[in-house]
Amino acid sequence: MEKVTKIVVMAKQVPDTRNVGKDAMTPEGTVNRAALAAIFNPEDLNALELALQMKDRIGSATVHVLTMGPQRAADIIREAMFRGADGGYLLSGKEFAGSDTLATSYALSCALRKINPDIIVAGRQAIDGDTAQVGPQVAEKLNLPQVTYAEELVEIKEGEATIKRRLERGSETVVTPLPAVITVNSSAKECRPRNAKRVMKYKYALATSELATASDKAKNFIEERPYLHIVEFAAADVNPDASQLGLSGSPTKVKKIENVVLQAKESKTLTAEDKDIEALMQELIASHTLG
Amino acid sequence: MNNVFVYIEIEDKEIADVSLELLTKGRELANTLGVKLEAVVIGKDIKGVAPELAKYGADTVWVADNEIFAPFRTLPHTAVMVGLIKQEKPQIALFGATPVGRDFAPRVSSALHSGLTADCTELVIGDHKDAKTGTEYSNLLYQIRPAFGGNIIATIVNPECRPQMATVREGVMRKEALATPAKGEIREIDWKAMVSDADLAVRIIDRHIEERKINIKGASVIVAGGYGVGSKEGFKLVHELAEVLGGEVGASRAAVDAGFTEHERQIGQTGVTVRPKLYIACGISGQIQHTAGMDGSAMIVSINTDPEAPINNIADYAIIGSVEEVIPKMIKYYKQNSK
Repeated sequence: MEKVTKIVVMAKQVPDTRNVGKDAMTPEGTVNRAALAAIFNPEDLNALELALQMKDRIGSATVHVLTMGPQRAADIIREAMFRGADGGYLLSGKEFAGSDTLATSYALSCALRKINPDIIVAGRQAIDGDTAQVGPQVAEKLNLPQVTYAEELVEIKEGEATIKRRLERGSETVVTPLPAVITVNSSAKECRPRNAKRVMKYKYALATSELATASDKAKNFIEERPYLHIVEFAAADVNPDASQLGLSGSPTKVKKIENVVLQAKESKTLTAEDKDIEALMQELIASHTLG
Repeated sequence: MNNVFVYIEIEDKEIADVSLELLTKGRELANTLGVKLEAVVIGKDIKGVAPELAKYGADTVWVADNEIFAPFRTLPHTAVMVGLIKQEKPQIALFGATPVGRDFAPRVSSALHSGLTADCTELVIGDHKDAKTGTEYSNLLYQIRPAFGGNIIATIVNPECRPQMATVREGVMRKEALATPAKGEIREIDWKAMVSDADLAVRIIDRHIEERKINIKGASVIVAGGYGVGSKEGFKLVHELAEVLGGEVGASRAAVDAGFTEHERQIGQTGVTVRPKLYIACGISGQIQHTAGMDGSAMIVSINTDPEAPINNIADYAIIGSVEEVIPKMIKYYKQNSK
């Protein structure tokens, strides 16, 4: 039997930080996710595209999305299935609450050990934290090589991938042995859109906990179609060291959160009239701010 | 032992500015703590940088010098940094938030099970009491960073795990040479004991470095355009003023996202941090993500049709008017009055 290459995309459902209201933070300084629209983290979509390109080239491969989050994070797994993913894994449980990047990467690495993929792809960073840490931290925990800032899949063959990556000024092409963790930059190819046939096929996909509260009809429907079942892992399913999970497993603690207040300066208001502008330019020259 | 580490990034035999900025900050932290400041340099043909690092306060310069370390690759760098930290046990380790620092610092933190705070804008030593356990800690590193698109400022501490690790973006901190250089004593890292063959598994087969075309970081005058400039054509006026004043053109994220100008010109939290002598903000509303990257400018002039625009709160001079009207007048009166 032909070997099937297993590709896993680590993705995150993120609050849309471009639109932050007053109730976005809890008094403890953690994010009040319920108050914000939840979206597929943009660079994770670039990562999904790169993974789908790998599958296109390899032929015999599967793409699954792994996400850690509350039940509603299953939405991004369905979204990925509409765009070409074969399925997904939802890692969910209160044990994971309050995780910093290190505790997050530990939890994800436990799930990945269980899944045992051949290639791991992720977005470079998530827009709610902008840290770009989880990808490399997962790679270290799994003792795998990493390629960050990936921009283009040049070649993929048995046990080896050639990838072009962005540098601060320029780019380089690297050959990495597989398995490896590849984090994808926003300058990589945009994700393919939803496919209407796939939307029809996968719109009833449910994660285990969603299935538990579904109607008998829906349960029967999914039982007959196992590809609609999104695998859900609770903490205990991935055999973690509990002390490394969640808030207690996070070395960094939030000490204080402050709202940003712009300090008003002694500010002089001018009109657009000639005399005002001329006086300003004269002063800038006299004070050697200019020239 | 328990000193302050700064990772030194070398690009084309030159020390990255961010590394010197971190040495200046690291010197201040080390003085507060009464410990040494130690620079870590990993690369090829790099021993010559030690005097420069001493000028910026490095008591010790740790060196791993071999061709396997250049160009940068994640695994050998990680192995050396992890090995040296285990050996020397610094209490603080700082990295530039460059593509290199952001690539391997998380890996180092993961290997050491030590927290890492990304993109700090300020680092201060202070005390901390854990609200739940009541345990008191003295002399922790406060890692201060904007979060949530710049809408809040968070102070992060790392009470138990060492080293306390942070990355800082280029231009956020000031660099300042000491009047009397520190000792800058070179010490060889025993890297052969730290790097394995498996760490060399990733191969670089092609590398292409582009010339830096735009240098807004070093400009003493910056004319920056925002969404209010209105169009790509409108940006020509901004360029014209910058040229007449001998300055560079900057932009807000909104102007870059709208396609008015190049990404390299973006100033702010997700772009470059600048502090020129004169900053002229044209049609920029002054969202925090922008002002975070320019509020250290010596003088700020804003041009905005909206008297209530937040930028006017931090401007020394707020001109209420349109960019199309005001810029030609500025050019005219500058030419009339200079020389």
